[in-house]
Amino acid sequence: MKDALLCLEDGTSFRGTALSTSGEAAGEAVFNTALSGYQEVLTDPSYAGQIVVMTYPLIGNYGVNFEDMESDRVHVRGFVVKEFCREHSNFRATESLVSYLDRHQIIAIEGVDTRALTRHLRVAGAMKAMISTTDLDPVSLKAKLALVPSMEGADWVRTVACQKAHIYKAVAKKMFKVVVIDCGIKLNILREMAALGIESYVVPPTTSAAEILAQQADGIFLSNGPGDPAALPYIVKTVRELIGKLPIFGICLGHQMLGLALGGRTYKLKFGHHGCNHPVKDLESGRIGITSQNHGFCVDLKSLDKSQIEASHINLNDQTVEGLRHKKYPLFSVQYHPEAAPGPNDAKYLFTQFIQLMEKYKKDHA
Amino acid sequence: MPKRTDIKKILLIGAGPIVIGQACEFDYSGTQACKALREEGFEIVLVNSNPATIMTDPEIAPHTYLEPLTVDFLELIIEKERPDAILPTLGGQTGLNLAVELWERGILEKYKVELLGAKYDVIKKAEDRKKFKESCLKVGLDLPKSSFAYNMEEAEAAVKDIGFPCIIRSSFTLGGIGGSIVYSQEEFEAKARRGIESSMIHEILIEESIEGWKEYELEVMRDRKDNVVIVCSIENLDPMGIHTGDSITVAPAQTLTDREYQQMRDQALKLIREIGVETGGSNIQFAVNPQNGRMVVIEMNPRVSRSSALASKATGFPIAKFAAKLAVGYSLDEIRNDITRETPASFEPVIDYCVIKIPRFTFEKFPEAKDVLGVQMKSVGETMAIGRTFKEALQKGLRGLEIHHTGFDNAMDYRIVADEKMLLRLREPNASRIFYIKYALQKGMTVDELERITRIDRWFLAHMKQLVDFEREMIVEVELSRTLAPRTLRKAKEWGFSDPQLAEIMDCSESAVRDLRKQHGIVATFKGVDTCAAEFEAYTPYFYSTYETEDEAVLRNQKIDREVKTPRRKIVILGGGPNRIGQGIEFDYCCCHAAFALRERGYETIMVNSNPETVSTDYDTSDRLYFEPLTFEDVMNILDIEKPDGVIVQFGGQTPLNLARRLCQAGAPIIGTSVDSIDVAENRERFAQLLNQLGIAQPRNATASSVAQVVAAALQVGYPVLVRPSYVLGGRAMRIVYDEESLLGFIDEVSDVSRGHPILIDKFLEDAMEVDVDAICDGKDVYVAGVMEHIENAGIHSGDSACVLPPHTLSESVIAEIKDYTCRLALALKVVGLLNIQFAVKGDKIYVLEVNPRASRTVPFVSKAIGAPLAKIAARIMVGEKLSSFSLPDIDHLGQVAVKECVLPFSRFSGVDIILGPEMKSTGEVMGLAPTFGAAFAKSQFAANQGLPRKGSVFISVNEHDKRNIAFMAKRLHDLGFKIFATKGTAKVLRSSGVASSILDKTGEGDNNILAMLQKNGIELVINTPSGKTSQSDMRKIRAAAIMHNIPCITTLQGAWAAVHGIESTLKEGFTVGSLQAYYQKMSKA
Repeated sequence: MKDALLCLEDGTSFRGTALSTSGEAAGEAVFNTALSGYQEVLTDPSYAGQIVVMTYPLIGNYGVNFEDMESDRVHVRGFVVKEFCREHSNFRATESLVSYLDRHQIIAIEGVDTRALTRHLRVAGAMKAMISTTDLDPVSLKAKLALVPSMEGADWVRTVACQKAHIYKAVAKKMFKVVVIDCGIKLNILREMAALGIESYVVPPTTSAAEILAQQADGIFLSNGPGDPAALPYIVKTVRELIGKLPIFGICLGHQMLGLALGGRTYKLKFGHHGCNHPVKDLESGRIGITSQNHGFCVDLKSLDKSQIEASHINLNDQTVEGLRHKKYPLFSVQYHPEAAPGPNDAKYLFTQFIQLMEKYKKDHA
Repeated sequence: MPKRTDIKKILLIGAGPIVIGQACEFDYSGTQACKALREEGFEIVLVNSNPATIMTDPEIAPHTYLEPLTVDFLELIIEKERPDAILPTLGGQTGLNLAVELWERGILEKYKVELLGAKYDVIKKAEDRKKFKESCLKVGLDLPKSSFAYNMEEAEAAVKDIGFPCIIRSSFTLGGIGGSIVYSQEEFEAKARRGIESSMIHEILIEESIEGWKEYELEVMRDRKDNVVIVCSIENLDPMGIHTGDSITVAPAQTLTDREYQQMRDQALKLIREIGVETGGSNIQFAVNPQNGRMVVIEMNPRVSRSSALASKATGFPIAKFAAKLAVGYSLDEIRNDITRETPASFEPVIDYCVIKIPRFTFEKFPEAKDVLGVQMKSVGETMAIGRTFKEALQKGLRGLEIHHTGFDNAMDYRIVADEKMLLRLREPNASRIFYIKYALQKGMTVDELERITRIDRWFLAHMKQLVDFEREMIVEVELSRTLAPRTLRKAKEWGFSDPQLAEIMDCSESAVRDLRKQHGIVATFKGVDTCAAEFEAYTPYFYSTYETEDEAVLRNQKIDREVKTPRRKIVILGGGPNRIGQGIEFDYCCCHAAFALRERGYETIMVNSNPETVSTDYDTSDRLYFEPLTFEDVMNILDIEKPDGVIVQFGGQTPLNLARRLCQAGAPIIGTSVDSIDVAENRERFAQLLNQLGIAQPRNATASSVAQVVAAALQVGYPVLVRPSYVLGGRAMRIVYDEESLLGFIDEVSDVSRGHPILIDKFLEDAMEVDVDAICDGKDVYVAGVMEHIENAGIHSGDSACVLPPHTLSESVIAEIKDYTCRLALALKVVGLLNIQFAVKGDKIYVLEVNPRASRTVPFVSKAIGAPLAKIAARIMVGEKLSSFSLPDIDHLGQVAVKECVLPFSRFSGVDIILGPEMKSTGEVMGLAPTFGAAFAKSQFAANQGLPRKGSVFISVNEHDKRNIAFMAKRLHDLGFKIFATKGTAKVLRSSGVASSILDKTGEGDNNILAMLQKNGIELVINTPSGKTSQSDMRKIRAAAIMHNIPCITTLQGAWAAVHGIESTLKEGFTVGSLQAYYQKMSKA
């Protein structure tokens, strides 16, 4: 077993051992509290540029399989766990997690006191980190980290979004056509929409509003994606041009970009929300859903025009905004992940609401 | 939705005595509920017959009824207290059943009492198999396939769909033939036919067999606004086919992908909504086919359960407390999470460790019963362990079981385990299967083979294999370098190897391992249990040990040192570990009291325990909770960082007491009675010397090693003698022998138990009366708190005999002498704290049988009977307060009679005779409180679920010895209107004394035998005293039949007498109920 070192921007370091892949990986360290769903986390494009620390200590228990991928590759920059499971058990498993990570040449470290690391990140905030199997000197790693660019202000979407437009077909009968602005979309969003009869026309984030509107779609979907929404003025501009033209639904980064397009601001959370147990209250129904979350930035409600826009959902842990709705235009968005994967299915109703919104719009404009 | 204001007074039903399947987890849940509802300003009326519970402490509720949990008694209480509502979902199945019965008998309607938590139809929907199935199907959930058939054509058609293996159960058979498993078509035809024929209504149920599937549980909570959360998921290590209470289980679920877990979660949400549990917690069980992932629902409990207590301790989320708040109208988002303070309860806890629960069995108490596990629960307790990995948790759990295993260890050499035995023990689920898995791995069996044989998921087996492989590596390393490198040592500790395990591998002492690893800086670190995997700051100090880099307990201490100028003095209380027969809730009660009392007096209290069912492991009970095994190593790790001012070992039963000497030698500040005094009481020679000095008698006794010596010693002591090995596993193998032949038989039987340890021989005092005394001593003064006269004669374990306080037949002079002995012994032993003495009284001669300078099983009973919290007072004495500063009740003028009766688990162990003896077999106790002995005894019998009849027939068959005393009793019963049946011999004695009786044969065909009479419910009470030497097999059948038909069966003459008093009082006076508070008030006025 090869030794490895995880070093944080502030010099705090943790020793552990590496998997097969050697080298160095740098990114923003965030912790995820989900008990299951590591495969979905690893392949979620929103984690691009990040080193993910799993707080649950036993990772890899059920191996990996073909169906639970959220994209075609691993997006996390580095992976930190207490213990990898080498003998998995699940009837769907096709490979062990360790061999999967090795095959994708992911730098991962195990044997880390992930709880101490999590407590540190909670207090000090998310920060840059580096895993190295070649340089075990924390001072040297800290120096290297100073040169790594910060998450804030960086455009990570370009690295994960599609380059070419393509279609994701509806299951059974096509009822609606939606243009999906892909900023690094999770496959389960497309699966969920397809199951409800939506055909997705997935376009690169650089696609102009005119090109999008030319598709004659029933609605527009703004996807999740990695990084700082403030670093994406080109997409925000497109979104701004689309507001009021067609029903819009945004998730996560899509929600943040919509917030920006509506004239609001976003800010960075201390250590973000990454997990599957966040209580979110739907302010209209009063119902609480347990939600899947993965974001480091947040829309500032105060920056939005209250006469036009209202919060539709809030997070009961820290009272942050979890959803927005426009009083006039047919658009809404949520900060969390109704498509789950991983996480509870409590918020699936939002996809139905999107369909209702499109139906109403269609009727009103028929 | 805020709290309801239309209800003010709530009746809470407890779970009654501790029985297998229903233990102190319901004291934990009930106590939490009581506290939560009181906080909200509700007036609580509490009913529970179990005096050893914290919930029946008079401070917990304003109206506490220690009364039998029967509908009749509940009606009396309802009539008197007129509550607005009943909360039945926290008192186990007992609470739920009573609620159903109260509703069905129209009592709730009559007194306008609302059912909270679960309505009548909800309970029915969840518990009635047919309705439950309908509900599941309605919301699209899968169940094991099943179908009824009434002829072979239907059976054939059904099995085509169901497939093999399947289970055939025939409905309404005589003698209740269980289900049988069928693997093939040939087998099926024969068994189905036989099943249809043996059913009185020609009906069989053919069910899909899901034995061997993976088993899961979800703990679900719902509020009035229809918000639902899953508190915890649990995966069973043992597959379907073994009762979940008898299975090793882990949390969270390990081998489900997120997709499968969410599917299970979705199903749980649908089900709780469809069944309609309006508020509170439920437990839902699932099975998953490991081949294809097919998921079926097994059952649902619409109440808090053993699993919810486990889930609460495993996550830090207090299910019962929140369930109580939800029941009175709050919604989940209106309740704060105590641990994080900032966040609401409407979330799903996440954990960053692995939790394991391992059941504790006591098959050694029932040698006639097979230790094979199945669908009926047999374990009597459990231990929970927390580790950062499964491997660590497993090893901690196994050493926490306190069954002489130091982990996944080598208590037996695998090379001497015969292959055939090993295969059998692997295939047939049993209490020690986990260790056979170890032997199999050591012998080179593969994970694949083991998975095939045991059907335990390979995930678990692979971890066990890692432990075995690593152990082998360590052995090689030691062979090569005579020691273990620091890196190996650290890995071993991270994987949960205990110091004793490593000592064996390194062939050195435990302390050498400890010194070596400390030298390398390899020390335990403590992590918090916080419901949120460290995402939020935790305010509740609830810790477990592991080997990591950061120690949160130390950090917390440093923070307190910085912030607090005058830190509180710290007292560590060592708990009792997993419940077992002989050490259960009573000791946990005492530990809790120590924590409560010292906290009130300004001490910082630190609890150490490993039992998830208890109140002591509620994070609210003490200032700090360490959820740890009670071994020397684990306790020392805590003492090393806490550096307490005192350690209390006398409240947790034998477990902490056994650690006392080593802890003391290691410098732990043990407070209370000194370790040396404990030794005087436990060491036969030193104890005999002391009694000699004091001029107090004890039965003649001797200690001998060889067979010849034992025989000679027995002769010298004089038969009958009480014999036992000096070193006994789990209090096993104590027996009364009447002659040399049975003595030799005994020596033969215990030779493997005692393994060269000497055998202890005591003169057995026949026909002596036994008396138990509990007292407190501060070194100077002694307070005799309770003198309890046993109903049964000496020779029956004190834990299994009923007793009455104050004594009802002892003369004043005997009582005075007993008190005098107690005081002298307490002072001579320099007792500081509690003391329990067992006396035997024969004629007017008093003998001391045993002195225990520690909390006893009867402390809670005495405390409640006299209205003084003995354990609390003792704890304060131990930190230096004086008895003279307390105002203590005068026990000679109580104005009430309290009877303690025990509850026995015989119905769980088929083939076991129900007679009582010197070895304790009871699992729990109840208390009857009334102005007269008869009424108090009768209440205790109702409470113990063996209610005395008011009329009908009594069957009497007594041994030679008892015959001379039976006539008078039979006459009394006859005069009370009972018809007397007797065996020939007994009838003859009765006739000669002028008591008419009808003769029944012991066995035989036709109606004129006792078995047939019992079968058709022709007998209301059985009085049967077994003869001294061996129990006759006919009589044994009669007793077993009585138990099966739930007919009270009394096996001692004294017990029978008490019953006659009870019946008389029931018929003449009837019953009244009263609260403890009212009783104490009357006492203080008197």
